[in-house]
Amino acid sequence: MADTKSILTTPIFDNNPIALQILGICSALAVTTSMANAMVMCVALTLVTAFSSFFISIIRKQIPSSIRIIVQMTIIASLVILVDQVLKAVAYDVSKGLSVFVGLIITNCIVMGRAEAFAMSNPPVPSFLDGIGNGLGYSAVLLFVATIRELLGAGTWFGITILQPVTDGGWYIPNGLLLLPPSAFFIIGLFIAIVRIWKPEQVEDAEFVMKPQSKGMVHGGGH
Amino acid sequence: MSKPKSNNAKTISVALTLCLVCSVLVSAVAVGLKPAQIENARLDRNKNILVAAGMYNAESDTASDVAERFKDFDVEIIDLNTGDYLDDDALKAAGIPDRNAYDASQATKNQALSEDLGDNDPAGIGRKPKYAKVYVKSDDAGNPELVVLPIQGYGLWGTIYGFLTLESDMNTIKGISFYEHKETPGLGARIEEPEWRAQWSGIQSYDEDGNVATGVTKAGTPKDNWVDGISGATLTGRGVSNMIQFWLGEQGYKPYLDKLRQDSGQTIDNADTQASQATLTAEPNTELAAPVANGKEA
Repeated sequence: MADTKSILTTPIFDNNPIALQILGICSALAVTTSMANAMVMCVALTLVTAFSSFFISIIRKQIPSSIRIIVQMTIIASLVILVDQVLKAVAYDVSKGLSVFVGLIITNCIVMGRAEAFAMSNPPVPSFLDGIGNGLGYSAVLLFVATIRELLGAGTWFGITILQPVTDGGWYIPNGLLLLPPSAFFIIGLFIAIVRIWKPEQVEDAEFVMKPQSKGMVHGGGH
Repeated sequence: MSKPKSNNAKTISVALTLCLVCSVLVSAVAVGLKPAQIENARLDRNKNILVAAGMYNAESDTASDVAERFKDFDVEIIDLNTGDYLDDDALKAAGIPDRNAYDASQATKNQALSEDLGDNDPAGIGRKPKYAKVYVKSDDAGNPELVVLPIQGYGLWGTIYGFLTLESDMNTIKGISFYEHKETPGLGARIEEPEWRAQWSGIQSYDEDGNVATGVTKAGTPKDNWVDGISGATLTGRGVSNMIQFWLGEQGYKPYLDKLRQDSGQTIDNADTQASQATLTAEPNTELAAPVANGKEA
């Protein structure tokens, strides 16, 4: 495995699951209002993706292709239940804060996507690393979004007050919009734009080119 | 991939093996972690009792603060129909071995410990426990200062569980908290937020006739002693409203609260105290807090 390092690092910026593949957006909108929740979600998703890819890769030669999606789903679902149960036992408050979103890792396209695209045709160790790498790529976006949302939306970062809000005698007026789901769309869009300015090769070719306006159109028609 | 994979016998055996391995693994973890989860749920309930009693600071309090402050409360089991406390002998006779372990919502699954509500079931709970667990904080003189009452009722998607705290007049609401619900995140789930719950503090729950006179109104239509609902969460608000009216009413804690009020010589209802009606109607909200002279009871 000469390219072990690249398996691990390309998904972070070069082939980011959220920014380039545009997968797994829904949880990125939901759990990014605070850094603590986002962090737990990142760890949970990274572990699930890594281990599900690992186990699926181990038995990839045994999986009959007719039921492969169901087999992948069963393995992923079992791992997600494990994570959920462990969180409930170890970090009850966090598990309440994440509510349904831990369970929804099952439906996160990144996990299934990596299982189907990578683990089904690669040996266990690279699959595991691919899972970690994609988890890190997801985490990079989540933590970026959560930093902006928590800092500007509540004036805190990991619960530590950075910008003293007016309500506590400070100067900062928290922007409530950033705590609402739409703001995550704007910030993810911003993230994608920044990554593509930095790495222009990610910019997709236009699907069609608009024709220049003809003279007839300018003068014709009218009201 | 030398052999073809689509062989029926193989497909079935792979599926069965996988299911077996996964289910053993999942059940082992679920069973192994159960004690820790139950303990966490118990601590979370205790924390929410303190939240409802206004004795919890989310920013600075740790688990040991919760445990320490929770000791101020006496755990009592009451008979909902008569409003009497059950002592240890009565508890044994009723089939409750340990008052701390008693769970009223579990008791609704036991025929002997609950009764069917039939059609008269505004909170949508189906069966009502005969006995309820309440948490009482007494002042130095031994009079109840705060009473924390567990409440539950059907919201939009599932049963909402919470606590309601009344002050020593057994009428003014001190606070409310919810620890388990399935309401829509961002809409109905906002009943959990401190800003919304704060509206309940100071509300007079009964009118002068002793009827429950509070609830959740539709957002933007204010009513005295009613709480403004959350926009987009009308059905959750209705559920909370129904559950509070049910539990403060005759079928819920009213017999118990009437008794407590009687014991400390207080009254809110003017049904048998016509003399004090003038003062009560003049300033119902401030007069209610103070004990009103009652010829019958004095």
